Parts: sequence; structure tokens; C-alpha cells
Amino acid sequence: MTIVKISDDALARAGGADKLAAAFEKKGCEVHRTSSWGMHWLEPLVEIDGKGFGPATLDDVDAILDGSSDLGIGVIEEHPFIAAQTRLTFARAGKTRPLSLEDYEAHGGWSGLKRARAIGPEAIVQEVLDSGLRGRGGAGFPTGIKWKTVAGAPGPKKYIVCNADEGDSGTFADRMAMEGDPFALIEGMAIAGEAVGADQGYIYLRSEYPDAIRKLNAALALCADIIAPFKCEVRVGAGAYVCGEETSLLNSLEGKRGEVRAKPPLPALEGFLGRPTVVNNVLSLAAVPHILMEGGAAQYAERGIGRSKGTMPIQLAGNIKHGGLFEAPFGMTLHQLVNEIGGGTASGRPVKAVQVGGPLGAYLHPDQFDIAFGYEEYAGVDALIGHAGITVFDDTADMGEMARFAMEFCAAESCGKCTPCRIGSVRGQEIIDRIRAGGRKRDDLELAPQMHNTKKNAGRSVEEEIGLLTDLCETMKFGSLCALGGFTPYPVMSALKHWPGDFVSNPEAVEKALDAAE
Amino acid sequence: MSTKNDRIGEIVAEHIAKEGPLLPILHDVQEEFGCVDAEAEAIIAKGLNLTRADVHGVVSFYHDYTPEADPRPVVQICRAEACKARGVESIIGDAKAAAGERVKIQTVYCLGLCSAGPAARTGDDLHIRLDKEAVTKLVENA
Repeated sequence: MTIVKISDDALARAGGADKLAAAFEKKGCEVHRTSSWGMHWLEPLVEIDGKGFGPATLDDVDAILDGSSDLGIGVIEEHPFIAAQTRLTFARAGKTRPLSLEDYEAHGGWSGLKRARAIGPEAIVQEVLDSGLRGRGGAGFPTGIKWKTVAGAPGPKKYIVCNADEGDSGTFADRMAMEGDPFALIEGMAIAGEAVGADQGYIYLRSEYPDAIRKLNAALALCADIIAPFKCEVRVGAGAYVCGEETSLLNSLEGKRGEVRAKPPLPALEGFLGRPTVVNNVLSLAAVPHILMEGGAAQYAERGIGRSKGTMPIQLAGNIKHGGLFEAPFGMTLHQLVNEIGGGTASGRPVKAVQVGGPLGAYLHPDQFDIAFGYEEYAGVDALIGHAGITVFDDTADMGEMARFAMEFCAAESCGKCTPCRIGSVRGQEIIDRIRAGGRKRDDLELAPQMHNTKKNAGRSVEEEIGLLTDLCETMKFGSLCALGGFTPYPVMSALKHWPGDFVSNPEAVEKALDAAE
Repeated sequence: MSTKNDRIGEIVAEHIAKEGPLLPILHDVQEEFGCVDAEAEAIIAKGLNLTRADVHGVVSFYHDYTPEADPRPVVQICRAEACKARGVESIIGDAKAAAGERVKIQTVYCLGLCSAGPAARTGDDLHIRLDKEAVTKLVENA
């Protein structure tokens, strides 16, 4: 019987994979619902004997089976998009059925956990330290150091919390990992539990990912005996972006408003319910089983550049021809990622801007496409790699509008705890509106005789407004409690700096004002 | 009324042994009644030995909980950066026109389908690569 592989990833399903699978079954084929290879422009992708056909519709079923289909892409593993990758975290992507324990074991599953149990807590932490793994959620804090802190913290009860609140636009690697390889995440959490002496884990998963919730719950039920005495539970978020921030996430997990906590105390010492807690991103934890395999840490550490070690699952999104998941060692340039691998824009128009790292990441100009992909390298140009989502925009994008949206988003999602973020974001929207309207006139209140300090004879010029915006962004950057308010200035100021023509009719005025503000 | 009281009591009892039971309880109440109203807040507060203000503070913080039930079908459309880059703003007018008063169009930020937007969600079903025609059809069938 012909074995047909079709992904049951949410994106493939949204593209009609369920109906497609049913159609192949009706034709007498054995259909395996596997994880996704991550070539999203080809989803739903049909795989028969290692060869791929996509994007397939119901009309293509007969042609694919009788060999006359023109959707063929050849052998999937040899496809340039796949062959160019180094898949460690996503080694099983496209190959296994997500909820099959048999498939997971056959592809190296649980060997990391077995070895971890054999070598003991101290050696586990040492291996993670040696691998150079840094938090994949965005901040890039060394995972091993975090684990060491929790392991050394006093307390009878400790927790492993997985941050699966992947709210950044342009990112979907967490979703793909949870839907495609749920056991890998659970294994990573069990290893973390072993390392720090925690027997309870929580996965805080956003409500926007119904497929991931369903699959992780099913996976946890299947592997409960394997990870025991470690226990783990899925907790569903409630639509708050800010809960991706670790302290806000912990509050939410405790059943409180998702407001950010001031640090210190660090969650590693006083986290969930005031007890020592490891809070790690999905990708950090999913990378751990590989690292704990024999020689895995060394394999990880020898890849990458500078202090950015190992591989990063990069997500190519937005207006890009070949969008999807691309896991590669650190060090690639945006030119390689966007133009060569991504094939440029989906619309065929020139690339105007690329936002790296989600809604809080800077907009990068094609002139900056030669920067190497790494934490320090990006920080050096006032940008961040964040969760490694790359959103591409073509030349129809209005960067003034995108800058305004960054402030609008911050205002909508601010938890409200600190003033720079709560109020600054609203004022930011207003200032950007005024810049785009060419400055403003004095209002009635300011003209009142009681307002001694306001100028009565002139409005505020665009230059003055830009000065204000720069000042506001400084305040938000250094005065906010967390990255939401603290990083919103990145997209705003980068858009203003690189595309002043999208804000005002005379771009020179912006340059002059920015120079003056510095 | 007593049935609502009883049902919420059951939901509270089901989750009360959890560490941090409030959000799971609120999810179930929202799911069952289509909202978490003041009456529900009071019952939950009593069950968990919290003040009504505590519970209301949590309910009003999160986008997923609503104070009133809305019987209309909901179409959630992502309007975050990646979907904007793929043209969601040019189809939102068509979605709203097709929706009229009958369907609720709700903005969400990111459904994790960023390489194949514009994306939308109805119930647990996801939709990708929407254009004017597709979004109109989606809303009409909601």
C-alpha cells in the first residue's frame, strides 16, 4: 500500500491538509500525519517515498498518485531549503508522527533523559553550560547559569515553567515544536527537573494555539510513566501578550493579573508561588534533549559565532516567497536568509524593510543586510534577534504607519504597572500622528493666559516633535520594567531613522532633528 | 439561577486543588456561559476565598474573558506585523462589510501562521492565505 505523509501542523491544516488526507485515504492509501518540514509555501505538502508535492489541493490527488502531477519538488531532504539547514532542535521535523511514542523513540527520543538520569544533576548543568545554550525566548541569558542558580537555591519545592506564550508576530517555531515534536519539549523539561531538583512542570501556552494545547495534553498523558516522578501540566493563557514576559507569566500562572514583577528577586530564587523556578522558552527546553545526548553539548558548542553558540530555528515570515522554518547555526546574514533562502518577497516587489525579533525588534534596512546573525552583533546596531522571527516587508509598506502601530500595540498590551510603558505608548502614538501631520498648532488651553510657560506665538514644529519622541523613547527604554515598554522604541526609532520620508515630506528635517536630539 | 450557581460551584471544585486555580476556572466559565459576569465573579470569589475585586481585576485584565455574552459568531483576524506585510489591512474592509451586524470581527495579534497570512480563526479552525474573496466567504459562512 502506498504510504502518504501529510503534516497535521496547524498551518498545513489551515491550508486544507485534513481534507487532503481523507481524499488519499479514500483512494486506498495509508496516510501518516507527520510533523511539518517547515516549508510553508508548499503546505499542504504531500510526501510519497521521500518525494514531495505541494502545495496540493483536492484536485491534485489523482495526478499525484498516477505520477502526472506538476507539483513535484523532488526528494524533500535534498530540497535546497532543507539541505542548507542544520537541524538539531528540529531534527525530527517532517519525519515523525507527533504523538507516536514509537516514532519518537526510533528517532533518538528519550536518550537525553536516560543519559541525564545516569550522569546526575551537576553533570547535567555542566553539559548545558558547556553547550553555550542561551535562552531562545529573546533575552539570550545562558540557560546553564539559570539552572545552576535554581539548583543551588534553598527550598523543598522547585518548578520548571515553560514559556510557550509565543506572542511575537513573525514567530512560530514554538508552535511548530509543540505541535510537531511535543515529546522533545517534555523531555527537555524532565531533564531540567532532574538538573535542579524539581518534580513539577508547567507549560504556559497561549490560547491562540488550540492545536498545540490539544497535542501537548495528549502527549503528556501518553508519556506520564516515562517522565515520572516528574509531573507536568499545560496551563492556557488568556490572550495577554505581556504574559510572555517571565514575571508576568508567573503572576498569570498563579491566577493573578499578568502584571510584571520588579526584579530582583529573580524568578530563579523566588518564582512561582515564591519558590525557586526555572522559566525557559520552548526552544531552549526543546534543544536540551539533543545537548544531553552523548557528545551533544560539544556538537552544539562548535557551531555558531562568538558567544552565540549552536543553532537557531529562524522563522521566515511576512511578505517572503519561501517562508517557513530555517534552523541554522548563528552567523548567517539577512541577505542570505531573505534574498537567497527566502527568495525575496512573495509579491515580487523589492524588499523595503525587515523586522527581526517580533513587534519589539528594530526594522532593518536592506543596507544592513550583511550583519551576522548573533546576539551581540545585533545589539551592536540597536537591534535584537529576539525569538528569531524575520518579517519581510515590500516597498508598499508605510513605515510611518508601522512605527505608529508599534506604539499602538504597546498601548493595547501594556500591563499598566509602570508609567513609561502605560502612558508613554499612548503619548507616542499621539506624537507620531502629529509628526505625520506636520507638527501642531497651539491648542486653546495653551493659549489661556493662566498657562504662563507655553509659547503663545507658535505651534510645535516637526523638529520639536521629533525631539520629544526621541526623549520619550529614551524614557521608555531605560525606565520601563520589562521589554514591552523597553523595546518598543526599537521599531519606532529605527523606522524613523531609515525611512523618514514615510513620516514627513521633507526627510532632511528628520535627520537634522535626530542629530540635534543626540 | 441556582443551576448557574451549582455549575460554577462544580467548576471551582474541579480546579481548586491546582496551584493557581483561577485562570483554569475562568476559562471553563467563559467557555460554558460565553462570559464571566459579575454574578459569576462573586460565586468564584466565594469559592476561592478571594474578594470580588481580586477576581474582577483578573477577569478585566485578560482579553479572553468578556463581561457579557455575545451570541454572534466570531471571526478573529490577525492584524499583527507579519499579516500586515501580507496585506491584511486591504481585506479588513471586505471582512467588515460582509460581517455587518451579524458577525463579530475581532482583531487578534498573531495566530502563529506568519509565513502564510493573512490568517484568521473561527472557533478552533484556522484559515490562511486570505484574500478579499476568501475572507468574504469565511465571514459569510461564519
